[in-house]
Amino acid sequence: MNVKEMISPWVRAVPPSGIRKYFDLLNDMKDAISLGVGEPDFVTPWNIREAGIYSLEKGYTHYTPNMGYLELREEISRYMKRKFNMEYDPKSEIIVTVGGSEAIDLALRALVEPGDEVIIPEPCFVAYKPCTLFNGGKPVTIRLSSENKFKLTPELLEKSITPRTKVLILSYPNNPTGAVMNREDLAKIVEVLKDRDIMVISDEIYAELTYEGKHISIANFPEMKEKVIVINGFSKAFAMTGWRLGFACGHPDVINAMFKIHQYAIMCSPTMSQKAAIEALRSSDSQVTAMVREYNRRRRIMVDGFRKAGFDCFEPQGAFYVFPDIRSSGMTSDQFCERLLTEEKVLVVSGAAFGECGEGFVRATYANSMENIIEALKRIQRFTKKLGLG
Amino acid sequence: MDSKNAEFIQEVLEILESNGKYTEEQIAVMLNVSVDEVREAIKTLEEKNIIVGYKTVVNWEKTQKETVTALIEVKVAPQRGEGFDKIAERIYRYPEVKSCYLMSGGFDLTVIIEGKSLKDIAFFVSEKLATLESVLSTSTHFVLKRYKENGTIFEDKQRDNREAVIL
Repeated sequence: MNVKEMISPWVRAVPPSGIRKYFDLLNDMKDAISLGVGEPDFVTPWNIREAGIYSLEKGYTHYTPNMGYLELREEISRYMKRKFNMEYDPKSEIIVTVGGSEAIDLALRALVEPGDEVIIPEPCFVAYKPCTLFNGGKPVTIRLSSENKFKLTPELLEKSITPRTKVLILSYPNNPTGAVMNREDLAKIVEVLKDRDIMVISDEIYAELTYEGKHISIANFPEMKEKVIVINGFSKAFAMTGWRLGFACGHPDVINAMFKIHQYAIMCSPTMSQKAAIEALRSSDSQVTAMVREYNRRRRIMVDGFRKAGFDCFEPQGAFYVFPDIRSSGMTSDQFCERLLTEEKVLVVSGAAFGECGEGFVRATYANSMENIIEALKRIQRFTKKLGLG
Repeated sequence: MDSKNAEFIQEVLEILESNGKYTEEQIAVMLNVSVDEVREAIKTLEEKNIIVGYKTVVNWEKTQKETVTALIEVKVAPQRGEGFDKIAERIYRYPEVKSCYLMSGGFDLTVIIEGKSLKDIAFFVSEKLATLESVLSTSTHFVLKRYKENGTIFEDKQRDNREAVIL
């Protein structure tokens, strides 16, 4: 038997991630600085960790309800209201998942049947396309550009819609560009979607990390609410990546469908993580604010540093990434990343990893200490000077 | 001072408190203001004695220098018309006193002193502190190990242990 032939063609259709090679190089290097990681450098605030430890001491080592502890869903409901002015019923409109990633997968599995088209504006988080393909869906990508500040425009959206369109994935604040969409931007998208039968998966995992003004969701538009699945989680805002905890909010029918898949595939999210998350939502606002403040300072240092190095750098307003345009170096993104790593020991990620239209850009994260960021920028400036830039 | 300016001042102080080595240029970028504004703000803060000084946090235990630190609980009799301030001043003027606080509770002053040896400290307590007229009693506790000082943890910095492969 040829085992390879036994693998589902839908899975075979997904290429392996091309990023690994740099990380192998990186592991052999001393004093290299990685601006490649997509998670906070902060450790989870102590009160949250302590709540996790306490739950173990108390013996909370069993399954929880499939949807997650009701106590946690109630806290999530209050949190969504308090922070983002969205109302969801904790009993029927919220499900607790294993990270935002599971919520994305569940949402796509609940909605997509073979042949359905899923519109994915790029550059974007790497999971949307594969998760669509795993379900036999057809990803329809949209190329966003720095000229439009990496926002989705109604014209681009309109052109991508066909009778087979089932889902639009929106992810703002965006990984990897740091772009956000404000009320006016979203209002134009709402005009396109409001009379159409298209669902929106709105990945808002970086919502708390919004630096100019307040985060707004497409679900804040009353005419859109039932069509939107809002995805959020604890990883980025509360620095809880390793706890694997996220959630989805939406119409009871769609949450119920996601629940069906979740209960058979996962059973429930980790118990101690849920206990810790209750503490996170109850008493960590000031710590989240302090982290956001610190990210904001680093963001400005990064943008300033890349500009001084001679690159056009779009000013990100959310998440913790900058996405400078490196085309003036005369290199491809891949070449740039490889040379920067071998010559100056700084790792950034090729923009092409986030969609073809990311070619010519690189992603650098400022989820690293200010010290490391300042040192990395020094090295990048030395590198571009050598190239005759900056 | 309007609230926006108050927030700016607070951020400048927070940044410098976290690391006194940041330059005015760096702080200006971090806060999206001009270098002159930062320079002006720092100058004013220094003049008002809000920024009292710039120091380095040193873990002396890792050097050759031998020091002994003690925390002394002091009970005093406050003087009419002068309260505790006068007697506190007579104590904190000694250069070996690193910190001095007025406390609520079972005693009045916390005095943290540093000396080269146990003998130094014993000498200070018995000859200088206890002999002051208003000092009623003292209770001396020696520091065995420092874990954290003014918000800085002394254990060796951990390597970044994040996986490099996750996007």
